[in-house]
Amino acid sequence: MSSSSQKPQSVEKTTGLHIGEIEPGVKKVDPIVTIDKVHRQFGGLTAVDVDHLEIPRGVITALIGPNGAGKTTLFNLLTGFDKPDSGEWTYDGENIAGVPAFKLAQRGQVRTFQLTKALGLLTVLDNMKLGSKHQRGERLFPSLLPFLWKGQDDEIAEKAMKLLKKFKLDAKKDDFAASLSGGQRKLLEMARALMSDPELVMLDEPMAGVNPALTQSLLDHILDLKKDGMTVLFVEHDMHMVSHIADWVVVLAEGRVVAEGPPDVVMKNPAVIDAYLGAHQEIDLGVVTGRYDEASK
Amino acid sequence: MDWGSILSNTAQSLFSPATMAFALAALGLAVHFGFAGLLNMGIAGFMAVGAYGYAISILTFGFPWWGAALVGIGASIILAILMGVPTLRLRGDYLAIVTIAGAEILRLLFLTTANQEITGSADGLFGYHASFRAANPFPEGTYGFGPWTYNEVEFWVLILGLILLGLAVLFVWRLINSPWGRVIKGIREDEDAVRALGKNVFSYKMQALIIGGVIAAIGGIVYALPSAVNPNVYVTSLTFFVWTALLLGGAATVFGPLLGAVIFWVLQAFLSNVLPALVSSGIMPFVSSAQAATLRFVLVGVGLVLLVVFRPQGILGDKREMTFVK
Repeated sequence: MSSSSQKPQSVEKTTGLHIGEIEPGVKKVDPIVTIDKVHRQFGGLTAVDVDHLEIPRGVITALIGPNGAGKTTLFNLLTGFDKPDSGEWTYDGENIAGVPAFKLAQRGQVRTFQLTKALGLLTVLDNMKLGSKHQRGERLFPSLLPFLWKGQDDEIAEKAMKLLKKFKLDAKKDDFAASLSGGQRKLLEMARALMSDPELVMLDEPMAGVNPALTQSLLDHILDLKKDGMTVLFVEHDMHMVSHIADWVVVLAEGRVVAEGPPDVVMKNPAVIDAYLGAHQEIDLGVVTGRYDEASK
Repeated sequence: MDWGSILSNTAQSLFSPATMAFALAALGLAVHFGFAGLLNMGIAGFMAVGAYGYAISILTFGFPWWGAALVGIGASIILAILMGVPTLRLRGDYLAIVTIAGAEILRLLFLTTANQEITGSADGLFGYHASFRAANPFPEGTYGFGPWTYNEVEFWVLILGLILLGLAVLFVWRLINSPWGRVIKGIREDEDAVRALGKNVFSYKMQALIIGGVIAAIGGIVYALPSAVNPNVYVTSLTFFVWTALLLGGAATVFGPLLGAVIFWVLQAFLSNVLPALVSSGIMPFVSSAQAATLRFVLVGVGLVLLVVFRPQGILGDKREMTFVK
């Protein structure tokens, strides 16, 4: 694994991900996830209604859209935390519709949450150990006999310390996770997810509530995931971050995919500007609201 | 006032079957609530199936005492599964509702005259001791010293109870300090987070419910070993007494339930001896001696309130780990 640096990394976008014309639902060269006619309704509200969507493998895909567009619902559906009313989707070519969340996680698809779920009453190191898969000591009867799992547990601790060092949390390994700051909890949640050696990492608003200094290191960590061969799918509102690291952008509005493509192309798409970015995205907010007079400057 | 007999009675309660039964039940509840976060309000029901399973197997089916004990344990496993399957997928409060209702249903089933032949209805069950006493390895005589003097039957109950308690404590201590315990504690806090890490949360909660239920049922069996099984014992207030013992010692600790049960029963014995004595010697003229004996339950209630407000983690607990306000 490459170590993270404070200097901004040079970002090389992966291109040539799609086959044919860029349009919503375009075929990908090597999709890791494909979604077909997934429909989820809450009462009278259609939260997600995706006809066809493919997530490319080995690159960073951003999922953007206005509030209430169904981003988190789609996330929950993909990770098995919610069940759709109809539809099919595959992961790695296998049909995973209706597979429970924990089994999907075991297959290498791991997620974080919009509201960080660091387990505050476990220590940082225990949080990390919990992320590791296939632990002998987690089965009921072997857990009673420490000699069966002690060796494996020590290996896991070693791996956890390496990751903690990378995320600069190693000094806090024995603290309760509740004592960490909000940004550190985000880091811990991401590091914990990596303990399972995932193939697909799904991050729900990784930057929400994180200060600018930490944003840079979080960005580097996400880019590192791609470098290490993982696929990343993330939800984010910060357009600068999206254009900075995403190779592919999918725009949701009212539950549908209204546009997708490389970031620079998508952001010029009139449908996206209408639905999400707004006509004034390049102008200072003060000018839009009339509280700041641009002419006087 | 006869302080000698008051103190001797108090000292006796230290090793009474009731204390050991409470310690076991509280330990089971610690697995449920303290470690897995399962709000079980029907611990009396688990103790009841243990005790009734034991007594009925002997009286109705002629089992040997150890076979009957296994039936009691098996019954508690079935009870845990029956309660867990519909509720463990729901939010925690629902388990509390189902368990409190389940325990009451069980008690009423044991109480109803429709099953008088088997359950003994309001009279309960008694006279099932032959097989257990025949297995007594201790020859006739008196054992122990001072207030802790026992005949061979009492001593056999005491030794067996202590062995079971020791095994249960060791079992729970091992479990909690293993990766299994780590998963359980993670579930206590946020089961979605644990689910996202690839753990089968439902299965873990079910395992915890069964393990705690079995330990509580063993408590019920120890309670029933020396005397009789009476439906009036397994009422909802028994559940709350076990909760008091658990919270007193520390819910998220292994030795807390033990300490809590001991303090609870020693205090109970002390108060039930000293309060009537205070009345009869004229120090508390404002209540009758019958009222004084029940005053101890009022004091238990007050104690529980003070405990939850001022020391929610219990005597042995870590304040950061277990509080009621998060």
